[in-house]
Amino acid sequence: MKAYVTKRYGFPASHRLHCDELSADRNRDVYGKCNNPHGHGHNYELSVTLGGPINPRTGMVCDLGELDGFVTREIMARYDHANLNLLPEFEHLVPTTENLCRQIERIFLQGFKAAQVERVHIQETRKNSFSSGLLFD
Amino acid sequence: MYLTRRAEFSASHYYHDPALSPEENARVFGKCSNLNGHGHNYTLEVTVKGKIDAKTGFVVDLKQLKDIMNREVVDAMDHRHLNKEVPEFAKLVPTTENLAIVCWHRLQPKLKDAELHRVRVYESHDLFADFYGEDQ
Repeated sequence: MKAYVTKRYGFPASHRLHCDELSADRNRDVYGKCNNPHGHGHNYELSVTLGGPINPRTGMVCDLGELDGFVTREIMARYDHANLNLLPEFEHLVPTTENLCRQIERIFLQGFKAAQVERVHIQETRKNSFSSGLLFD
Repeated sequence: MYLTRRAEFSASHYYHDPALSPEENARVFGKCSNLNGHGHNYTLEVTVKGKIDAKTGFVVDLKQLKDIMNREVVDAMDHRHLNKEVPEFAKLVPTTENLAIVCWHRLQPKLKDAELHRVRVYESHDLFADFYGEDQ
C-alpha cells in the first residue's frame, strides 16, 4: 500500500536565458525579456514528492528530517541565492526551469536513498511551473 | 472527468510510539513527540472521478459530496485531538500520510455515484500527503 508525501521548499536565484549557438537577434526572439544581458531572478518553489509504503511504527513514508537535510546540503547549498548561469551544469546548458527541474531530479536520483522520489516540481512564478513527472495529477 | 472539493479543519495531535523510550520518541519524531500536543490547520482535498451525467451535467452531486466530507471528516476531526478523539488513531500515529488513509476509508464506502480517485491532506502550505487507494 503506497502513499505519497510532498514537501515544498523556496529559494531565490537568478538566471539569464541565452543560447550561444544562436545569433543575438535570434536569442532575443526566442527568449524575449529573459535574454536581458544582466539576467533576472525568481523565487523558485521546489516541491519534492516521495512515494512508498508507510513505516508501520513511525506512520511515515520517509523521515522528513532526512529530506530536509538532503535539500539543505545538496539543493539549497547549490542553488539558493545563486546565479544559475555561473554553475558548471549550466555552462553549456540554458538554465531554463525545465533544465533546472531535470538537474534537481538528477541530484535526487543519484544521492537520495531514504525513499523513492516520484516527482520534482518547480514553480517559477505563480503562472509557470515545471514537473519531472505527472504522477496521476 | 475529475472533480475536487476542498474542506478545512483544525486539530491537534502528537507523534508517539509507546514501545519506544522517551529519548527514542524524541529522536524519531522530534518536536512532534511533545505529549502536550500541537495543532495544524488541515486542508482536505477529495478528488472523485466519473462520467458526466447527461441530464444534470454533474460528475457527482456536490451537495452530497460536501455533506459526506463534513459528516465523515470535518465533524469528526474539527477542533478535536486526533490521538484522543478519533478512534482510528488510538494506536496509529496520526501522521499526514495516515490521516489521508483514514479519510479515504471514511469517505470511500459512502460515495455512491462517483469513484474516489485521490485524497490529499495538507498539514501546512508546504507539506501534504496523497493516497490513491489500496490498489495503487
